[in-house]
Amino acid sequence: MSDTHAHSVAFVRTQDVPMAPPPSNAAGPAKWVKDNLFATPLNGLLTLVALYFIYAILSSALPWILGGIWNAPSLAACRDILDGASAACFAVLSERWNQLLFGFQYPDDQYWRPGLAFILLFIAAAPVLFFDLPRKLLAFTAIYPFVAYYLLWGGTIFVPILALVGVAGGFMVYQRLVAGSFAAGFFGGIAAAFVIWIIGGWLIPDDASANAMLPAVPSRYMGGFMLNMMLGVTCVSLSVPIGIALALGRQSSMPLIKWICVIFIEFIRGVPLITLLFVANVMLAYFFPPGSGVDLFLRVVIMITMFSAAYIAEVIRGGLAALPKGQYEAADSLGLDYPQAMRLIILPQALKISIPGIVNVAVGLFKDTTLVSVISMFDLVGMIRGPILASTEWNGVYWELFGFAALLFFIVCYGISQYSQWLERRLATDHR
Amino acid sequence: MSVKTKVGTTGKISMTTLTDPPRESFRLSMLINDTRYRSMTFQVMAFILLSLSVGYLYSNLAANLQAQGLRIDFSFLGAPAGYDINQRLIEYTSQSTNARAAIVGILNTLLVAFLACVMATVFGVFAGVLRLSKNWLVSKIMAFYVEIFRNIPVLIWILIIYGIMTVSMPGARPFLGENPDREMLFGMFAFTNRGVYSPAPIWGEGSMVVVAVFILSIIGTVAYRRYATNLLYKTGKLLPMGWPSLVIFFVPTIVIFFLMGQPIGLDLPDPLANRFNLKGGIQIGAPLIAIWFALSIYTGAFIAENVRAGIQAVSRGQTEAASALGLRSGRVMSLVVLPQALRVIIPPLISQYLNITKNSSLAILVGYADVTATLGGITLNQTGRAIECVVLMMLFYLTISLLISAVMNVYNKSVALKER
Repeated sequence: MSDTHAHSVAFVRTQDVPMAPPPSNAAGPAKWVKDNLFATPLNGLLTLVALYFIYAILSSALPWILGGIWNAPSLAACRDILDGASAACFAVLSERWNQLLFGFQYPDDQYWRPGLAFILLFIAAAPVLFFDLPRKLLAFTAIYPFVAYYLLWGGTIFVPILALVGVAGGFMVYQRLVAGSFAAGFFGGIAAAFVIWIIGGWLIPDDASANAMLPAVPSRYMGGFMLNMMLGVTCVSLSVPIGIALALGRQSSMPLIKWICVIFIEFIRGVPLITLLFVANVMLAYFFPPGSGVDLFLRVVIMITMFSAAYIAEVIRGGLAALPKGQYEAADSLGLDYPQAMRLIILPQALKISIPGIVNVAVGLFKDTTLVSVISMFDLVGMIRGPILASTEWNGVYWELFGFAALLFFIVCYGISQYSQWLERRLATDHR
Repeated sequence: MSVKTKVGTTGKISMTTLTDPPRESFRLSMLINDTRYRSMTFQVMAFILLSLSVGYLYSNLAANLQAQGLRIDFSFLGAPAGYDINQRLIEYTSQSTNARAAIVGILNTLLVAFLACVMATVFGVFAGVLRLSKNWLVSKIMAFYVEIFRNIPVLIWILIIYGIMTVSMPGARPFLGENPDREMLFGMFAFTNRGVYSPAPIWGEGSMVVVAVFILSIIGTVAYRRYATNLLYKTGKLLPMGWPSLVIFFVPTIVIFFLMGQPIGLDLPDPLANRFNLKGGIQIGAPLIAIWFALSIYTGAFIAENVRAGIQAVSRGQTEAASALGLRSGRVMSLVVLPQALRVIIPPLISQYLNITKNSSLAILVGYADVTATLGGITLNQTGRAIECVVLMMLFYLTISLLISAVMNVYNKSVALKER
């Protein structure tokens, strides 16, 4: 059959005709523009309005930024150089960068210390943030708080070493006892740590800080963006464990413990952070033993930690509630007791669900650290509003300074939120 | 308060409780090893720890107060405040009491919170809907807006907008005199570095009748629309909706307004009153505008994300089904997508309103006299009554928060999907 047919026609194409290129308005950039910018008349109008809007902003902002003066001793000198032209006076940044970053009292020759602590922070945070890195790096994360404390505050090296020894001792006791019962391990560890600290406290001489390798810097000298970073990192890392405990407490079937947690969480979430900072500033000192003189930095850390712990507790409670009931029952049916079930089955899953929420709280908290400027601590915003804008040289430089502050915060917060999105994609194990 | 006591507990049905326990006499070790008694043990321990720590804090407080010769005393609320407040909704002079200053502050907080909630919703819905636009450029601009405003502290936004208001705006001087350098907008609004001057209504005799008629006509409009909808559903008869509503809404009020002899007038800002400042009308101070606008634009970015998430949460099948029924795209949005999206949008929206109320406490930075600035600021500093002032301030915010979350719970119940 096929043979006869093949012989009866003169020519049969064995290959497809090559496809003709699409008309020029149905492919390439032209089509993209038509589909995405001018699909309908209304859409086209919107595009034009948006283009004009962008033009209006850029045409005034770009010359202002690009024509900026980076070298001048004061605003008056800067205006002289500009000679009536409208442009930025970034000289304030190049002259006062150290105050913006470290506050106005941190000793000049010690700037390398917070700088080094900042760089080490990345190394310490890396194994926590990226699971693919070797687990051994976590050892550095564990000692980072003590290293950072020593670098920032200086003074005698015995204080951070003692703190480290106490924590290590407590951990060892916990390891020994936890096989018997979690509670015994937990309380035993804490007791052991306190014993070591108290004994060690007697051993350190009072004048140990006098001839220290790194001169001691009191916490009221800390300022600038460094203070925001310190508050943000400290309070977030402290509030995660407290938040977990509060969330578990809120789910507890023991009424007393449940209600303590509910009242704490709802109270903290119901008042603005600024009132808590007022508490830290004017009220908290009344609750410490007379004459103890706990410094403002520590009081603020306590209040901000309580604040973020309440929010993190609510996020984690959401994570716990999202787990199917079968997980709890499966843990029970394996014969695990409550601490084991939580540590091995429930929390790993619940925390994984809660990560985006926790990161949101962390970003919000980091932004809220600027509020300490209200109680006259000189963080980045406090530095700008206080010493810099009040100085005779730079009185009146608003946009450059606030723009700089906004840029710093934007970089950090946007970076964290991008990380959170990456992590969410990474942790998505359901194959939908 | 201790964290540790919460760890060992509960909820666990172990084998011992399911099988019949062997009869044995009570031993002390059962307090910790037997699940029947263990939760009791833990609660007693927690209670003891809690009482101890509260007692410790209280004894510290008492000792500290004694050392400074203070005691908790709220009588300062009745004493004259002795300071002025520019922006106020009720009568207040520097001779008024501290309590009245606090109430002025509370009203100012509620005012700015209300204004910012309305405006943030407008910004947020606008940006959230446009972010889903098919127009690439528009959706990118809105994404840019959201990212920029969400990632920079609201405090910096407040200061930037306050800076725009006070540094970049002209003073009142150019608006003054017979031939001013600057014209007022529509002859009514003047934008100066002290704030915005706008006309104020003058309520003449009989103005209440006009207001009453206006309220009645609003009710009338709603009633007419409801009647028309019912008629449509019952009989299929379609009454015109648009122009009758407009007529009912406007005509009676306008007619009464002129019949009563125009009882409501406008008090315009007067550039001729004196040589230094505009007089008359309403002055909306620069601090109020700064905090209002900053809170709205900042929170608007968050609301935009909620709106976007809510709209995207409605499954595509719903839109397609609505289109298959032959609904126009506007009707698809208003009858099918939005009612379902609202269920997702409203709870986070209300918690954003709560955030606005709490963030309005930052008004103290720009000198807006909200409750944090009056009660927690000047009154606290003048009287030195730190504990009393901070406690009262917290109670106020706590009450507002609890009220709003109660409303939210009621709403959530009412819109929750009714399942078996």
